[in-house]
Amino acid sequence: MITETGHFALILALFVALVQSSVPMLGAARRNPGWMDVGRSAALTQFLLIAVAMGALMHAYIVSDFSVINVIENSHSAKPLLYKISGVWGNHEGSMLLWVFMLGLCGAAVAAFGANLPPALRARVLAVQGMIGVGFLLFILFTSNPFLRALPPPPDGHGLNPVLQDPGLAFHPPFLYLGYVGFSVAFSFAVAALIEGRVDAAWARWVRPWSLASWCTLTIGIAMGSWWAYYTLGWGGWWFWDPVENASLMPWIVGTALIHSSIVVEKRDTLKSWTVLLAIITFSLSLVGTFLVRSGVLTSVHAFATDPARGAFILVLLVLAIGGSLTLYAVRAPVLKGGGLFAPISREGALVLNNLLLACGAATVFIGTLYPLFLDAVGGPKISVGFPFFNQTFVPLMVPLLLAVGPGSLLAWKRGDLLGALQRLWAAFGLAILVVLGGFYVTHGGPVLAVLGLGLAAWTFGGAATELAERLRLFRIPAADSLRRAFHLPRAAWGMTFAHMGLAITVAGIAASAFDSETIEVVKPGGEIQLAGYTLHLDGVERGDGPNYMYDDASITISRNGSTVAVVHPQRRFFPLQQQTTAVTAIRTNLLADLYVAIGDPNPAGGWTIRAYYKPLVPWIWLGAVIMAFGGLVSLSDRRWRVGIAARARAAMPQPAPGA
Amino acid sequence: MRKLLYLLPLAAFVGLAGYFAVALLSDRDPHELPSALIDKPAPAFDLPSLLGGANVTSAGLQGQVVVVNFFASWCVPCRLEHPVLMRLANQEKVAMIGIAYKDKPEAAKKQLDDSGNPYRSVGLDLSGRTGIDFGVYGVPETYVIDKTGRIRRKFVGPLSPEAVERELLPLLHRLSQP
Amino acid sequence: MIRVLLVLLLLAPGLARAVEPGERLADPALEARARDISRSLRCLVCQNESIDESNADLARDIRVLLRERLVAGDTDVAARQFLVDRYGDFVLLKPPLEGATLLLWFGPVLVLLVGGVAVGLYLRRRPVAPPPPLTAAERARVAQLLKEPEA
Repeated sequence: MITETGHFALILALFVALVQSSVPMLGAARRNPGWMDVGRSAALTQFLLIAVAMGALMHAYIVSDFSVINVIENSHSAKPLLYKISGVWGNHEGSMLLWVFMLGLCGAAVAAFGANLPPALRARVLAVQGMIGVGFLLFILFTSNPFLRALPPPPDGHGLNPVLQDPGLAFHPPFLYLGYVGFSVAFSFAVAALIEGRVDAAWARWVRPWSLASWCTLTIGIAMGSWWAYYTLGWGGWWFWDPVENASLMPWIVGTALIHSSIVVEKRDTLKSWTVLLAIITFSLSLVGTFLVRSGVLTSVHAFATDPARGAFILVLLVLAIGGSLTLYAVRAPVLKGGGLFAPISREGALVLNNLLLACGAATVFIGTLYPLFLDAVGGPKISVGFPFFNQTFVPLMVPLLLAVGPGSLLAWKRGDLLGALQRLWAAFGLAILVVLGGFYVTHGGPVLAVLGLGLAAWTFGGAATELAERLRLFRIPAADSLRRAFHLPRAAWGMTFAHMGLAITVAGIAASAFDSETIEVVKPGGEIQLAGYTLHLDGVERGDGPNYMYDDASITISRNGSTVAVVHPQRRFFPLQQQTTAVTAIRTNLLADLYVAIGDPNPAGGWTIRAYYKPLVPWIWLGAVIMAFGGLVSLSDRRWRVGIAARARAAMPQPAPGA
Repeated sequence: MRKLLYLLPLAAFVGLAGYFAVALLSDRDPHELPSALIDKPAPAFDLPSLLGGANVTSAGLQGQVVVVNFFASWCVPCRLEHPVLMRLANQEKVAMIGIAYKDKPEAAKKQLDDSGNPYRSVGLDLSGRTGIDFGVYGVPETYVIDKTGRIRRKFVGPLSPEAVERELLPLLHRLSQP
Repeated sequence: MIRVLLVLLLLAPGLARAVEPGERLADPALEARARDISRSLRCLVCQNESIDESNADLARDIRVLLRERLVAGDTDVAARQFLVDRYGDFVLLKPPLEGATLLLWFGPVLVLLVGGVAVGLYLRRRPVAPPPPLTAAERARVAQLLKEPEA
């Protein structure tokens, strides 16, 4: 019964989405306030209905209702509760439902928090959101319905893949999808602006919080996925340039470009058609990623669904959404008037450089991801495009970008003084030199590029710190005055500082992965291995039973210079239902380095394979990502985004650029 | 001119969508890898025979068209393919050499005893080296070798009755022409 | 990422992860070369994973084979070519530069060049015409705004 309610709610949601996509759009065209207002209630209703559907499916999972095919295929009564819940989106159908749930959430958020938007713009934005909703609800109902029943119900389900029985599944997909789908709001704003033929500073202010919020969640989502891979894989890999990962990286890169270029639209009323294009492309890349992952066109051995009907359906959705919006762009974008002029050496110029490099970076990832498929389609040879390609193409593009972060953010609007900016960066330069020299000293001239990468990170960090110090006039006015300035600094400025510092920290973590050391040995209980100055002593291995698995739990005492540092417990788990073994690694971190231990198979002679890794700075990769996302959140709390009324009144008049 | 510039993204997308459509609609399997050894001499091998007697060697195949099939008793898709192979051996009289890939001899023997043996001879590739020489990356895989000892075609995964009718048999027929 | 995990973890039934102690060569220089080469070779049954990282059976077999070739005196190039002869360019994580991959390797450069030229042209643009003079209504509004004290 509850399942049918969910199914019915999903069908109702489709009809509500149909209303949402048509009535407000017509209302905006005819200037009918009543019709326009339908958008808000429809968006809220649609979200509520999808939430009911989501709740119904979750209920079926929690009570292990094995009359639902989706539950049979992906759940088991002996599974712990957390994984019954997160298992809802551990499969194609459920994850698509999560996707539209997030889409509904975004639409409802625009309806609820969009009070400061002009009614016509809001109506059009909600209508476009409704159209996307119609497409994906149709997709779910016709090709991927999670509510289908099986009669008679089997006694138990097939269980969830053991790899997915991890807290990572509970958090990674919701964040990732919220990020992907969140960019649909920027997309809808872009389409609405094209219909209206007007993009101005006020528009940029309305779009910016939405793209910032999506960018933050996508950052967290990608970082979580990477961390999940890191701690599950047993040897500490965290990024593979796999098509599925690239599909999430591309919208992130273009989204990053978008949040930078929309600053230029807001402050200087220029780069308008480019920013609109970025907003369209960011969400389009999310859609293309969905297509690639779920249509089976990629050489992915275990892609979610490889049903050609689904692929064809998503392709039609792609053509309608992307093709439609780009057609609108081709027709309407020439109407958008280019605004303020600026010299190449200026803040705008630096942001244009940022956009150029990010766009090229995204294009590089795109080419690398799709080229094997392209060659195959034209009958060329089969090739693999792996990490060496991306290291040689993507990374060089990011080097100038990182070099430019500091100087770029110190340049003035309109016309900047590059030499002056570089002079003010003397401290950052000194820091970078120190780090490089220190790096060479510690690693005995170790991997040159990695040490230079650390220097680059230091330069970026120093640049962000210098920019902050300049704003606070640190050391030039009394400390108390600087503190007062710090309190009055716009949140957006703080946000930028945090985000750039986070970026620097992530870059340092990535560069330092060249300094990893590893030991792989067969050890008998009582035996020891040495790694990076630590001694790992295998005390013993115990066997036990978990809720739905058996485990071997190794107790390993880590000591340094004779004193015990920690006792860690890596495990290997065997899931009898799926006949699969997984590893639970033990990670000891001090935020400067990770000690990473995993146990493998037992050796017939009574030993165990132990792999231990010492990974300097590796936690910084994710720490930096968290700081980046935090910066985004801080910027999001800037009151500028909320004072809509004043902004609208001012936007109605031609205005000089507000100072930075 | 300037207006054309704004058409560029749409044009790029149309190209991309067309290419997605081609990739989606072609019935090609993205997992399938063409062999790097097509039209090249088949790798030499000299394997102990599962059924006893002389070793199974590549030299022993010279001058005839043969089908070399990599299989294993632990491989589930191989069981799917087995009836097709039996039909090929019994009705079409195709010369088939089996190579038991990384299999326990007893298990492979039991499998053939239980469900029937479609092979003229069966070599034991215990180390998987012959498999690597052939470019095998999973079982079952099937190779067609012509009279001059060159590999002419590779089938990845279980042979389907359709693939046999449409591709394998016509190819064998053509290769058997003097 | 979920799917990556699935692929990476599920292809092999055991827990044999990446290089096993027993596979390694006694000669550290030779072993280092073997590690280097195996990092550049794709695990054929995995996603974008090298045989050095993979736990798949076939990856293990190839790791062992590779080490045997090196011990037998193969150069790095010869050992890599040995596998390319059997599995084609697909086995290389870094696609070779050849006719079919020109667009792959030079595509990013091309995009950067075209983008750079476009940005250059954009930055060189000059105002086509001076901004239109204010209309009477706008002038009145400006006058009014100037009169009002800052709110």
